[in-house]
Amino acid sequence: MNKIVTLNRRAFIKTAGAAGALLLSHNSFSRASKPPLGRVVIVGGGYAGTTAAKYIRMWSLGNIEAVVIEKSAQFVSCPLSNLVLGGSKSINDLTFGYDLVKKNHGVKWLNDEVTTIDSAAKKVIMQRGEISYDRLIIAPGVDFIYDALPNLQSAEAQQQIPHAWKAGWQTVNLRKQLEAMPDGGIFVMNVPKAPYRCPPGPYERACQVASYFKTHKPTAKIIVLDANPEIVSKKGLFTKVWAEMYAGMIDYRPNNAMVEVDVSSKTVTTDFDKVKADVLNIIPPQRAGKPAQMAGLTETDYPWCEVSFLTYESKLVPNIHVIGDSVSAGLPKSAHMATSQARVCANAIVALMSGNAPDPTPVFANTCYSYVNDKQAMHVANVYRYDAGKKIMVSADGGGVSTSPSEQEGQYASAWAANIWSDVLT
Amino acid sequence: MKLKAWFLVNLLITSAGLPLTGNAADAVVSADTLSNTFHIRTLAASCAACHGTQGNSTGITPTLAGVDARYFTAQMLAFKDGSRPATVMHHHAKGINVAEINFLANYFSQQKRISSQPPKTQTLKANHE
Repeated sequence: MNKIVTLNRRAFIKTAGAAGALLLSHNSFSRASKPPLGRVVIVGGGYAGTTAAKYIRMWSLGNIEAVVIEKSAQFVSCPLSNLVLGGSKSINDLTFGYDLVKKNHGVKWLNDEVTTIDSAAKKVIMQRGEISYDRLIIAPGVDFIYDALPNLQSAEAQQQIPHAWKAGWQTVNLRKQLEAMPDGGIFVMNVPKAPYRCPPGPYERACQVASYFKTHKPTAKIIVLDANPEIVSKKGLFTKVWAEMYAGMIDYRPNNAMVEVDVSSKTVTTDFDKVKADVLNIIPPQRAGKPAQMAGLTETDYPWCEVSFLTYESKLVPNIHVIGDSVSAGLPKSAHMATSQARVCANAIVALMSGNAPDPTPVFANTCYSYVNDKQAMHVANVYRYDAGKKIMVSADGGGVSTSPSEQEGQYASAWAANIWSDVLT
Repeated sequence: MKLKAWFLVNLLITSAGLPLTGNAADAVVSADTLSNTFHIRTLAASCAACHGTQGNSTGITPTLAGVDARYFTAQMLAFKDGSRPATVMHHHAKGINVAEINFLANYFSQQKRISSQPPKTQTLKANHE
């Protein structure tokens, strides 16, 4: 056994007392002095970034400063936002503030936007100031690629044709368009080429819109243009739900990447089809978020960030870690996954900054629910374990999907949301 | 280094759930133990999406904080071998090993039960994206 710390009772009481004092003195951020173990700056206050900040504070016992830079004043959950389109949730059910996580854990918060990341000087420059870091975590979510669809890039075009793939006003806009559409109308949506944020999300969206149409516009139709060769996630379950619950409502067309979109006529041209929509929802292809590009964490020919799965440190730039949807992991880009990566990263950073080795074999779980109507949900769940040979996270034995959607799983999905919001934001 | 010493001791007591009580303060903290601490707390924390921070659930999902370690282990083993039916837990229980289940049982049994609340919702502001 390798002895690293031996303490007698007296020494223990002394050190524990000292720790208590330090803990108290670092709950306040009005002090200018650095905490003893340094400062971590986190770019992005979504599921990944906020979780990393909270757990760094918790697990360092307040001895590492955590500073989040986030341009939005509010947290709006993408998980469950398809239910706004279905009509069973309002966007205000999914909107939260950051006050509790800041107050409860002493996370410092800068409501600002990053303009430059100077990795040589270990400094982040924002619109209204700059801050230095010992380690930087980049958690920006996804950025949309408009190269192939340049006329969809403007705010005006997105007012006509929202992506609604970052929850917020575009989600509200799309719901309003669906409400205004006459019965007998056609809703067209696409699925971008994988990998993209939330693999089952587009198919859940088709279910939610179908659920709304079934009650309110029974002769309306849905066309799903999928750039992928088949349904990307929960294929068997979605196929069954569409055939049984929404028979004749959803026209699913795989291998149908978009070539052109005409904004004013809401007409989509693909390799095989030309489709005119009454309501059109285009989810653009995606890449690592802008701050990740800014910091030079992506290669020109590959738009996601390569990291070590022990620490989430970038393979390209030292002392910069990347978590959440921007990571190239070959794993689902889900909120639960983002929080799991955030905790492995936080754990590793606390270990490294206190002079210890990070966990050599991280393991975590991912559960992802999809609602097929207002009450029933279904899941895919896996445990992921670090493979030291392959140096990646691999799916452990025993993972899988629901046998069928159910109201019981709908209740569990709702509990999942309440708990992950509580974990991230309080 | 003094800082490291108190840091590790606190780490083990507050977040590992290791039984450092009474004379245990005289115990030797091994590299193995520390490694397990780092390993188990991230695994345990990944349960939080459904079971709440440190096992304190706010929804219908069971609270794991303060649950008897033998009961926890028995349930996980039952999910693992299929003798307890589940919607989702069998997918997780099968993916983690018995040693991890025992460590998780110990970890959750030592977490304090607190009343956990979801954050308050807000009205989406006009200037949000």
